[in-house]
Amino acid sequence: MRKFSLVSVPYFWLLILFLVPFLIVLKISLSDTALAIPPYTPTLDLSEGWAGFKAFWSELDFENFVFLTEDALYWKAYLSSLQIAAISTTLALLVGFPIAYGMAQAPDEWRPTLMMLVILPFWTSFLIRVYSWIGILSTEGFLNQFLLWLGVIDAPLIIMNTKIAVYIGIVYTYLPFMILPIYSALEKLDGSLLEAAEDLGCTRTKAFWLITIPLSRPGIIAGCFLVFIPALGEFVIPSLLGGSETLMIGKVLWEEFFNNRDWPVASAVAVVLLAILIIPIILFQRNEQKQREAGK
Amino acid sequence: MAVPVFAPWDDPTQKPLIQFKGVTKRFGDFTAIDNQTLDIYTREFFALLGPSGCGKTTMMRMLAGFEQPTEGQILIGGKDMKGVPPNEREVNMMFQSYALFPHLSVWENIAFGLRRMNQSKDVLEARVEEMLRLTRLTKFAKRKPHQISGGQRQRVALARSLARAPKLLLLDEPLGALDKKLREETQFELMDIQEKTGTTFVIVTHDQEEAMTVASRIAVMDEGRVIQVATPSNIYEAPNSVYVADFIGDVNIIEGAAKRAGDGYDITWAEGVAPLHTRKEEGELIAIPDGGKAYLAIRPEKVAIHTEKPQGMTNAVQGRIIDVAYLGNLSTYHVRLANGTMVRAQTANTRRLALRPFTWEDEVWLSWTDTAAILLAE
Ligand SMILES: Nc1ncnc2c1ncn2[C@@H]1O[C@H](COP(=O)(O)OP(=O)(O)O)[C@@H](O)[C@H]1O
Ligand SMILES: [Mg+2]
Repeated sequence: MRKFSLVSVPYFWLLILFLVPFLIVLKISLSDTALAIPPYTPTLDLSEGWAGFKAFWSELDFENFVFLTEDALYWKAYLSSLQIAAISTTLALLVGFPIAYGMAQAPDEWRPTLMMLVILPFWTSFLIRVYSWIGILSTEGFLNQFLLWLGVIDAPLIIMNTKIAVYIGIVYTYLPFMILPIYSALEKLDGSLLEAAEDLGCTRTKAFWLITIPLSRPGIIAGCFLVFIPALGEFVIPSLLGGSETLMIGKVLWEEFFNNRDWPVASAVAVVLLAILIIPIILFQRNEQKQREAGK
Repeated sequence: MAVPVFAPWDDPTQKPLIQFKGVTKRFGDFTAIDNQTLDIYTREFFALLGPSGCGKTTMMRMLAGFEQPTEGQILIGGKDMKGVPPNEREVNMMFQSYALFPHLSVWENIAFGLRRMNQSKDVLEARVEEMLRLTRLTKFAKRKPHQISGGQRQRVALARSLARAPKLLLLDEPLGALDKKLREETQFELMDIQEKTGTTFVIVTHDQEEAMTVASRIAVMDEGRVIQVATPSNIYEAPNSVYVADFIGDVNIIEGAAKRAGDGYDITWAEGVAPLHTRKEEGELIAIPDGGKAYLAIRPEKVAIHTEKPQGMTNAVQGRIIDVAYLGNLSTYHVRLANGTMVRAQTANTRRLALRPFTWEDEVWLSWTDTAAILLAE
């Protein structure tokens, strides 16, 4: 009994914080817009008993999902989000891996400091950090002024309100999520394995590809998912840095919800987004599971 | 037909496979290896023996190419190894921790080194199978390292390091992680494999029994220096220092002043008792100036124990039994002499316990022959 109650804690957590909100969103996505508060019908009225429930049930339909397929905006936004998330994840990996590798190679007494530096940005508000990128990337921003001063360019680069600004924003924001799992995998790597590989005829480079990379793969995969999953639904970064040019599903969702007050369509967008995310999340879980089993 | 004795170190026409020439290795201002010169010959099973931290691993790592000597030269097959990286040396190492690749199967671990040799697939596969058979691992070929036992892992590490048929195989405390019984079995397996493959083995160990069992020659090390290099029997019978005598097996050390007497030396070790006499069956004793400090090293099994003063023995001393260690087939008597020196005498237990004449607190006499003790100057 005690064991059962302990095991049930995470399930209860999941039920309250994930399943119930999801069911509410799912229900709204099956409703119709209305000029009311809340702005959709039907609402469940239990005072009329079974008949009321039947009436409520009969009014739910998939209209909003059909609508998503009719307007090209939506699937374009999904595709564009997938693309931006994928590119940002790749860039974060390219930047994050060398950092994690450097940290793992650093002398022991340096590591806590380096770890601190990676986590440090989390101590200030995410919004402020994204805003400050506007100051860096805009036409009159620090970056352009610096490059002009150096004489590398003679006209300011246009970075703000392009996808590049969004990539920079996402890579910057989610980099720690890439670095930390890779670092933790690399830190555990036994240096004698690399010596053994060299002893058996590998050059250092070859040993890196044959030993370091495969053994840090679980960390790489975890890092990629931890960046990809939030990046896919990201809305603050494209709103602030991407301008009107970048289409991302998180932004579309925001606009449907707050600008159009179309809660049912916004909910349908969210449900589809979740359906897309379920695939990488399951893959991520399987990766973690495999790692646990290998670690035994 | 007499089997020729394997002793290339006594044959001046033989060229050593490995030569350390005045090798010094420093880490910062700490000297791990101090100006050492050492030759190791082809097909030897050479043991580096010494306490933890004396520099055994450092010697190996210099041979494998993971460390460069600070001073001096290391030659393998007559070629200076300076600047030759590990992957270009015909040397393989079995690591103290085994260092098996956890993401690869047993088969792939063994094949790893072969894959860097540009052989055809058939040759490679045949070689891996051969190694699996040699180390009796065929059944476990598909398993990952974490799915096999410690003893099996140790054999994978051995198979992997042997697969490339190196000229020289380095084994760094290969049996350290195994329990006693498995360790003894594996020692014989190692000797068998060494004989079959004809590879030169250099083994590191801090276990003197292990070194005695497997090695053709042993180098006893202490604090970055090789103290003595000799065959196991010579190390045991003719140690060159108290350190070596004490490190290998059990030994009694009696300290005294030497004086030339006849064909040997008389050692005065206590007031008012007859000096001890020592000589050598053949060959010369080390030279010690009259009155100089000398040590007698006597193995406990060479000390006889008596109730009465033995007649006609030059070396007889009196003492009291302090302790008796019963080891089943043997008993060791710890005897305190008049000046406080402890001497151990070991006898075979051919009689039943109740019939044995000695017990605690008995006054007894100990004796040994003129040639039983080894005279040492340091
Ligand atoms: N990379 C290193 N840096 C500094 N000191 C080292 C290093 N490697 C070994 N040492 C020191 O050299 C000495 C000999 O080490 P080692 O060869 O590993 O001893 P053994 O294998 O005989 O136990 C030890 O005192 C050890 O601390
Ligand atoms: Mg060692």
